Amino acid sequence: MELLERFAAGDLDAFEVLFRQHQKEVYAWIVRIVRDTGIAEDLTVETFWRIYKHRVRFKPDGNFRAWARRIATNAALDHLRHARQEVTLPENLPCAASPDGAVTRETRDSIHRAFRELPAKYRLVATLALVEEESYNNIAEAAGISESLVKVRVFRAVRMLRKKLNSLRTEVTAK
Amino acid sequence: MSNEEISKEMKELLKEAVTPMQGTELRRDLWPQMLRKLEEQPLPIHSVPWFDWALASLAGAALLFFPGLIPALFYHL
Repeated sequence: MELLERFAAGDLDAFEVLFRQHQKEVYAWIVRIVRDTGIAEDLTVETFWRIYKHRVRFKPDGNFRAWARRIATNAALDHLRHARQEVTLPENLPCAASPDGAVTRETRDSIHRAFRELPAKYRLVATLALVEEESYNNIAEAAGISESLVKVRVFRAVRMLRKKLNSLRTEVTAK
Repeated sequence: MSNEEISKEMKELLKEAVTPMQGTELRRDLWPQMLRKLEEQPLPIHSVPWFDWALASLAGAALLFFPGLIPALFYHL
């Protein structure tokens, strides 16, 4: 029996083989969305737990990698939805170097604040498309939406970010 | 300013503020953590969908309130 067939039938050894084959890739995808290595590890385990839980829905002749990525994206999106109000950004968040540190920090803080306030589904596509430069096609496949909807969400996310940034700049200037 | 230019400008701003995480690698094997989760939250062996329970409840209620249906049911079985 093939590995995927054994997995779909509930064979734990087959699941372990698949886990070890795909854990790095699933983790790498999730960390690009949630931007926190510890949370990404937990979500990788959560993703594989969902995969095992719903194994009967998987067709052994299907694409396991794409299926896992879709589930990983949903797990990351669920996290963004729940963590939106609670997450505080770490002080040592990686930031591009610039000759004028003060201006960069202020701009960076404004962008982070604006970014954090984006609704989860817009933050997901904005992170992947604008920061990680992932193709619209890959994002669409992972999120289970059409490519045109990804474009619409990126456009709306950019519009929201601009609006938020402008109001944040106005606040800073007023101070 | 066109939509494309706006997106490009925002992309530049974002990339200036946030370093892409592409290339971040997993540093340890997560299988032991996975096993712990499987042990802590065992999966139901036979999960029955909610609509099956709803149908069974409806059938049970129908037989309870209309016992006359029982012979008809046996006839069709």
